[in-house]
Amino acid sequence: MTSAIERLRKEVVGSDGLKPLRVMAASGQLGYGIPDPAFNAGLARKPHLIGADMGSIDPGPYYLGAGKMAQSDTMVRVDLAKCINGARKLGIPLLIGTAGSAGAAPHLAATLDMVREIARRDGLHFRLASISADMPRDVVKQAIRAKRVVPLGEIGALTESDVDNATHLVGQMGIEAFQRALNAGADVIIAGRACDSAVFAAVPALLGYPMGPTLHMSKIIECCSLCCTPGGRDTIIGTLEGDSFTVDSMNPTRHASPMSVAAHSLYEQADPYAVREPEGTLHTKDARYEVVDEHRTRVSGSRWEPATQFTVKIEGAMRVGERAILLAGSADPRVIANAKSITAGVEKIVRELTPPNPAKPYQIIWRVYGIDAVFPWATPPDPLPREIFFMCEVIADTAEEARAVATVTKQYLLHHGFPGRLSTAGNLAFPFTPPEVAASTAYRFNAYHVMDVEALAPLFPLHIEEV
Amino acid sequence: MCFFACNICATERSPTRISAILFSLALNRTTVPSTERTAIVKLVDIAKVIRSKNAGPTVLTLDILFNDEKGFKLACASKSLAPDAIAKLYSQPPAKVQVLPYPPALAIKIVMPRRIVSGDPGDSDVYGAQQHGPMLGVEL
Repeated sequence: MTSAIERLRKEVVGSDGLKPLRVMAASGQLGYGIPDPAFNAGLARKPHLIGADMGSIDPGPYYLGAGKMAQSDTMVRVDLAKCINGARKLGIPLLIGTAGSAGAAPHLAATLDMVREIARRDGLHFRLASISADMPRDVVKQAIRAKRVVPLGEIGALTESDVDNATHLVGQMGIEAFQRALNAGADVIIAGRACDSAVFAAVPALLGYPMGPTLHMSKIIECCSLCCTPGGRDTIIGTLEGDSFTVDSMNPTRHASPMSVAAHSLYEQADPYAVREPEGTLHTKDARYEVVDEHRTRVSGSRWEPATQFTVKIEGAMRVGERAILLAGSADPRVIANAKSITAGVEKIVRELTPPNPAKPYQIIWRVYGIDAVFPWATPPDPLPREIFFMCEVIADTAEEARAVATVTKQYLLHHGFPGRLSTAGNLAFPFTPPEVAASTAYRFNAYHVMDVEALAPLFPLHIEEV
Repeated sequence: MCFFACNICATERSPTRISAILFSLALNRTTVPSTERTAIVKLVDIAKVIRSKNAGPTVLTLDILFNDEKGFKLACASKSLAPDAIAKLYSQPPAKVQVLPYPPALAIKIVMPRRIVSGDPGDSDVYGAQQHGPMLGVEL
């Protein structure tokens, strides 16, 4: 039987060059629901592949650290089933990147279990490829010793103990890993941590489409219809044709204009003109954005510069402690005016009553919503707000210690006396009880670095199975 | 939020403002309506998007998209959007703030380090999606 990529090659490679290639981006983050009308409209266009990104580093260190998904299992199953059935019906490859939101071993395993379960339930048979992204710790330590690891932004230099302390340590794979899976005859590829653009670029790059437009298109469509006006999550199709590509939202009310597509090149990027991938850099400085019609835009002129040195972005998260939070509001103008001194006074009492273990001291972090919990404003609002919300976060070595500190804080915050107090029955309004809530284990990123490597393939092992 | 804008503009704006007033006085006899003479252009009035977001867990980016080329050019020329002015608003050293005009989208991108790595204990905004507040008070 011919493989999915061979079938595609026969279809698009003509005697006079490559035919237009339609790349369907089903979801910007699989597991949050894929709207049916646009998804079905996309399938009706007979795309040559379906891609979906399933994760990101954006949701913070918890998911990587804990090995848990940000999405609900229920919704992931629904979205996966939609994509798998759609791709199998058309006999085209399905590529999914950053499985299970952070792309480490437990995320990949959980996603693969769901894929197998869906295949059994729906009577589907295909070649399933999985690619893991967990970095071998000895390789990373060796790279640290060889001074081949540098921080990405303001985070400390990576140490060998960081490597040991990370509960999970992943690297972002690029198109190379996906292409190995395609060459091995994969119909469905579930990848661990991956560059979002690689999900969409691997197939066209393997078929010989020009790399500049291929990578630029992939970067634009990975968030689906977010590059349109109005932006949204609906399925989108990018069509590679000659030296350019067009973007076409499958929701007829979301229009891709030259301005909206160009603006998307800015999104979540530190440099709007250069996007670094493991295998090279995409330059969009000379990109041209042109109207095709009121719904579609054509982009040309992007350039790909192959890397002289392969690099892998590595991400790790380590446990900090156990978290408990206290939630309470206040509508008392005097409590609001004195919020800072009240919380400082309460914290002093709490630290006396529950002395921190000097070896592993707990942390108390106050946030007073309405004053400066979201942004550290230099001065308080004037006038003061009518209501405020206190969130007191405690991170301690054990969940019991965190709960103890949070509950003592609750009681003393409720009854704290301060000059001018009128509401002597209590300073707080609890929306429910218990107002102190165990909030799971706290993690922090302890690796966000880039590592030089000689070869990419050994870091991202491929596993093939027939389901 | 006004206190931020005042901090940076109190000295810088006066010469511009005076020339604007002189300019409108010169035109006053014919075309300029009196209400526009001393009008201060606020960023919120000429931008269609003002947003913030992480670019990875260590970097914060602000994107400002303008309604038209006139607004984009006005903003590009304004001292209120120069790296040192933005640095003051965000309590950053000026050398760590980059201001990058992006003409294809009539946009200005501002890049700076996050105050704290995303999700570290004490962070207030994991996605960095609500750090645009100070920009809403900026006067050009």
